[in-house]
Amino acid sequence: MPFRIIVEKRVEDVPKWLPAATSLGAVVLAFLICGVILELIGGDALRVLRFFYQATFGSWGVFSDTLVKATPLILVGLACTVAFRMRLWNIGAEGQFYVGAFAASLVVLVPLVSPDRPKVVILTAMLVMGLIGGAVWAFIPGLLKARYQVNEIITTLMLNYVAILWNNYWIFGKWSEGGFQMTPTFARSSWLPRLADYAREIPAFAGITLHLGVVFAIIAAAIVWWVLYRSRWGYEINLIGDNPQAARYAGINISRNIILVLMFSGALAGLAGMSEISGVVHRLQERISPGYGFTGIIVAWLAKLNPFAVILVSILFGALILAGREIQPSGLPQLLQGIILFMVISSDVLLRYKIRLERAVVSKP
Amino acid sequence: MNLINILHAGLASGTILLFATIGAILAERAGILNLGVEGMMLVGAMAGFRASLITGDPWLGLGVAMLAAGALSLAHGLVTIHFQADQVVSGLSLTFLGTGLALVLGEGLTGKTVALVPKADIPLLSQLPFVGPVFFTNHSVLVYIGFLLTPLVWFYIHRTRPGLHLRAIGEKPEAADVMGINVYRLRYFYVFVGGCLAGLAGATISLSVSPGWYSSQTTSGQGWIAVGLVIFAQWDPLRGALGAYLFGALRRAVLDLQGPRTLLGLANPFFFNSNLVFFLQMTPYLLTIVALVIGSRAAMRKRLGAPAALGVPYIRGERGL
Repeated sequence: MPFRIIVEKRVEDVPKWLPAATSLGAVVLAFLICGVILELIGGDALRVLRFFYQATFGSWGVFSDTLVKATPLILVGLACTVAFRMRLWNIGAEGQFYVGAFAASLVVLVPLVSPDRPKVVILTAMLVMGLIGGAVWAFIPGLLKARYQVNEIITTLMLNYVAILWNNYWIFGKWSEGGFQMTPTFARSSWLPRLADYAREIPAFAGITLHLGVVFAIIAAAIVWWVLYRSRWGYEINLIGDNPQAARYAGINISRNIILVLMFSGALAGLAGMSEISGVVHRLQERISPGYGFTGIIVAWLAKLNPFAVILVSILFGALILAGREIQPSGLPQLLQGIILFMVISSDVLLRYKIRLERAVVSKP
Repeated sequence: MNLINILHAGLASGTILLFATIGAILAERAGILNLGVEGMMLVGAMAGFRASLITGDPWLGLGVAMLAAGALSLAHGLVTIHFQADQVVSGLSLTFLGTGLALVLGEGLTGKTVALVPKADIPLLSQLPFVGPVFFTNHSVLVYIGFLLTPLVWFYIHRTRPGLHLRAIGEKPEAADVMGINVYRLRYFYVFVGGCLAGLAGATISLSVSPGWYSSQTTSGQGWIAVGLVIFAQWDPLRGALGAYLFGALRRAVLDLQGPRTLLGLANPFFFNSNLVFFLQMTPYLLTIVALVIGSRAAMRKRLGAPAALGVPYIRGERGL
């Protein structure tokens, strides 16, 4: 071989553009691999890709649908970002999402606030309940981890199943509408405003489903950014994540932060549930999430735990979920997500090592 | 519904968790945490079912299931051993990848029936009172394989030289390396073995315990319960088996409690208010958490627990990558 591959540890700082470039490369490569798999099992990858583009970015109408799907992903992605920064593996965002949706629904279904009250009051109550619901659900694994060092990966995950079954109990039973697994549609006073609501004033908004939840998501991203990069608490979170030993010597209360960070994370996921209930579904029902909680994990990682990158990545994954509902075979979006995540973590090796080709020295005998 | 039937069915259902748990114990003993068990089980269930459908041979199905899941686990091996990626994230992505692969390649399998792993009685032992009908009668051969596997793996880990090497690379890989053990190669090997056993666990579902392919419902979180059981078992195969059979029996009980009109002479609440079944279905997941708390507290008290190098990539000084 005339060339040798040299692998050496990076001593100098990683160039600023490299993390973004490797992430982008990972996504492109993942699409290629998925296309090859699709061709191998007899599909038409190019047709699927064209369909994917048409169904997600093809017009303002579908792009708004993409953003609607991206909204819960941004919030859940932020939830994972906060926890992962501290190396807390909250993979229970799915359950926190469901409990947030459930708690927000209580406002309408119990009702905690009369439907005749002003919209602002009802929506604020739902918002607060969503935040609390998610935070409470995440408090359980937080407490177990802080007190008994119980692995949070398994507890958060197990609580996903519990949350979904809990929701099922209510929608199959007490609040079922005529035996269907869903509650009656909520009164309009509990719907988040949508652009389509203003179609009379601005005709271009007709049929645009984008709702106020996306504003919540962007504000949440700004708050998370501020917490992580500008606040003392964020400094503690990052320090515990990077070096728990040093954090302990610095006198940071790790147990308290475990609980607080998980609750913050859960509250964001719960807000996603509230936004979905109030902005899209308008009732509590089965399968309100096509796995947002899990996709959020990938979103956070692909965004390299950067809150604003989470927004961009969420739009891509929102598109994936939107188109995925109609793409056959049905597991394809999930497969693509798995490959993307694998490519991203594999490409991280490029950030730690330099790989270069070197002409091999041919030694003559 | 009598005790013998419940225990009998519980053993069969526990065999699923047993294979997955023992596989995870072996990989974690080698220092590699693999959270992809759920994904590997799904791939195993799908591959085994499809292979048995095509060839009509359930044994070939088991082999294909093990190889398919084993091959998948090597992706985790490469990323965590050579690329030194975070094992948690890599394991998660393995679950996504495995689930996606299984769903894509499992298209059209739902509703099909295939040749299943045969059932058998153990001569003599099946004649014993009570023990015979529970443990040694009319079980799938896989259940008996599980009975044998548990003590064998325990013996292997604790009493043999390769088992010592396994513990060494999970506790102190530098020292193992100095002793001349090839840490990288052995870690790949045990990740692969763990994958194979997860695949076997998946095929145990689709080719024996609840035959068929029900897309992601096939495993319904059992892979995650297995990962939790490893902690409950404190990385000991015997305790792992105990946990696996307990949870297997529990899963069966959840199904069986819904049927009869009366329980212990009282009206069965789950029969008359079918919505209460949702609470019944929560129990395995809630009890997994309880088991974790028990395992974690015991580990704290005894100051032992996870293999010391679990989750830590080993970087050989001069090799770099």
